[in-house]
Amino acid sequence: MSLEFLIASAIAVLTAGGIYLSLRGRTFQVVLGLTLLSYAVNLFLFAIGRLVVDRPPLFAKGVTDHADPLPQALVLTAIVITFGMTALVVILSLRSYLESGSDQVDGRTDIPRDETPL
Amino acid sequence: MMPIDQLVIAPIVIPAIVAPLTLLAMRRRRRVGMALSLAGCGAMLVAALALFGIAQDDAIRAYPLGGWPAPFGIVLVLDRLSAMMLVVAAVLALVVMLHAVVTTVDRKGWHFHPMFHFQLLGLNGAFLTGDLFNLFVFFEVLLIASYGLMLHGQGAARLKAGVTYVIVNIVGSALFLIALGLLYGLTGTLNMADLARRISLLGAEDQGLIRLAGLLLLTVFALKAAVVPLHLWLPRTYAATTPVIAALFAIMTKVGVYAMIRTVPLLFGDSAGAAAWVPAPWLLPAAAVTAIVGFAGVPAARAMREQAAFAILGSTGTVLLAVSCWTQETTAAALFYLVHATYAGAALFLVADATSRRRGQYGDAIVPSPRFAGQQALGLLFLAATIAATGLPPLSGFVAKLFILQTTFPTKAWVAIWATVLCTTLVGVVGFARCGSALFWKAPAGDADPIASVERSGIEFAAPSALIALLVLLMLGAGWATTQTQAAAAQIYAPQRYILAVLGGEPS
Repeated sequence: MSLEFLIASAIAVLTAGGIYLSLRGRTFQVVLGLTLLSYAVNLFLFAIGRLVVDRPPLFAKGVTDHADPLPQALVLTAIVITFGMTALVVILSLRSYLESGSDQVDGRTDIPRDETPL
Repeated sequence: MMPIDQLVIAPIVIPAIVAPLTLLAMRRRRRVGMALSLAGCGAMLVAALALFGIAQDDAIRAYPLGGWPAPFGIVLVLDRLSAMMLVVAAVLALVVMLHAVVTTVDRKGWHFHPMFHFQLLGLNGAFLTGDLFNLFVFFEVLLIASYGLMLHGQGAARLKAGVTYVIVNIVGSALFLIALGLLYGLTGTLNMADLARRISLLGAEDQGLIRLAGLLLLTVFALKAAVVPLHLWLPRTYAATTPVIAALFAIMTKVGVYAMIRTVPLLFGDSAGAAAWVPAPWLLPAAAVTAIVGFAGVPAARAMREQAAFAILGSTGTVLLAVSCWTQETTAAALFYLVHATYAGAALFLVADATSRRRGQYGDAIVPSPRFAGQQALGLLFLAATIAATGLPPLSGFVAKLFILQTTFPTKAWVAIWATVLCTTLVGVVGFARCGSALFWKAPAGDADPIASVERSGIEFAAPSALIALLVLLMLGAGWATTQTQAAAAQIYAPQRYILAVLGGEPS
C-alpha cells in the first residue's frame, strides 16, 4: 500500500468524522468534530509539499533534492492557531452551558421553555 | 529605503503597540488607557490618510518585510484599493471608539481597548498583505479579537450567539487552509503576484484542481461576507452583541468583499485558463438572494439591532451585485457603495444603541412606548440613518445606487440587478418606515407616563451624527470619490501592474 494512499485515506476518515461530529447538536461533540477537522487540515497541509522519504529538510552537503520546508512552516502556524481556537471554543461552550443550562449549539434546552427574543 | 516608504507598515505597527499598552494602562489608570486608545485610533487615521495621499501617484508599492525579496518573503502591498480601505476602517474605528468611551461601554469588561486594537491590526493587515497565507493569519487575528469583542459585556444570549459565531468561523478557517493547501500544492507559492503568474502557466491536468481551489477560496470569502446561503450566523451575532461592537463589525463583512475584489481579478482573471472568472456564475444569484433576504429582514425584524443586522446583510448583497459583473466600471461603483454602506450600517447600530439607552425596559424592541428623553433628536438621527441605509436622496446612498444601476446597465444581467436593487430599496423603505413610526410616532394605548431615564448627556448623539455628517460629505464630494474608486478599480483590472510591482521588472 502506498504512502500516498495511506495519508489520503487518513485525511478522508478524519474529515468524514469531523464533518459528522460538527453537525451534531451538542457543543462537546462539535468541539471534537472541529478538532478532527483541524487534524485533517493539518495533515493535508503537511502533504501538499508532496510526500518524500529520506530527504533533508533544508540543507545537506552534496544533496540536491530537499523536502519542501514551507508546508511545515504553514502547518506549524495552522496548528498554533487551531490550538488557540479549540481552547477558546471549549471555554466558550462551558460558559454557555453554565449560563444557559443547555449544551445545545443553538442554545435551546431539550425541554422547551419560554424563549427569549434574540 | 526612504523613511516615507516605511510608513506602509504603520497601520499594522500602531495597533500592535497600542494594544498591549492599553492592556497595561487600563488596570490602574483608566483615563490614561482611554487616552492612549483614542490616540492610537487617531494616529492610525493620520497614517492611513498619509498612505492614501502617497497612493495618489497611482504607483503600486511593495514593502518586503524584513527585506526578504518576494516571492520568498512576505510583502505588504499598498495600492489605491488598500489605501482606501485603510482610511475607511480608520475613520470608522475612531468614531466607534469615541462612542464606546462616551457611553462607557468600554468599562463593562477588562479588555475592550486591547481587543479593539487587535481587531484593527487584523483589519489593516488584511487590507495590506500581498501574501495569501498572511491574509489567512490576519483573518485569524481579526477573528480572534472579534470573538472577544463580540462577547464583551457577556450575558446568556450573547454567549449562545458567540458559540455559533466561533464555530462557523473555525470551519471557515479550515476551508481557507484547504484552499491554500491546494493552491500551494499546484503552484508552489502563496505570494499573490507569483500565484497570478503561475496559475496562468498551469498544465491541462491541473485545471480541474485550480477551479476547485478558486471556488473554495471564494466560498471562504463569501462566508466572511455573509453571502446567502452562508449568512445564517450574521443576524444573530450582530443582534446579540453590544451595538457599538456591531457598528465596528459593519466593516467585517466588507473585508470578505475586499478579499474577493483583491483576489479574483488578480488570480482568476482572463489568463487563468479553466479557472478564469470561476466564481462569476455563482456570485450573481447569491448576491441577489443576499440583497433580497437582507432587505426582507428589515420589515420582519423585531428589534432595531436585528433590523440593522439585516440591513448590513442587504447592503453586502447590493455591493456584491455590482462586484459580480466583474468589470472595471461596476467595481468602481461597488467600491463607492461599499464605503457608503459601511458607515450607513454603523450609523444604524449607533442610533439603535442611543435609543435603547433611553427607552428603559423597552430597549430597542420595535414596539410603541411612552415618550422618552431625546425622542425628537433620535427620531431625526434614525431618519437620516435609514435614508442612508436604503439609499434615498439626499445622502450618498442615492448616488451610490444610481452609480451601480448606471454601470450594470451594459451588462447582460442588468434586468435582474435593476429589479433586485430597486425592489429591495422599496422593501427597505417600508420596513424602516414601519419601525420609525412605531418607535417615534405611535404611543401605546392609554395615557402612559414618560419613561423616567437617568439624565443622559447629548454627547451620545455625537458619534451617530458624525457618521451622518460623513455621509453628507461623501454626497457633496461624490464626484471626487467616484474618481477615486474608478482609479482604484483601474488598478485592480490591470493585474500585470500589481505583479510587476511585487516581483520586479521581469515582464512575463
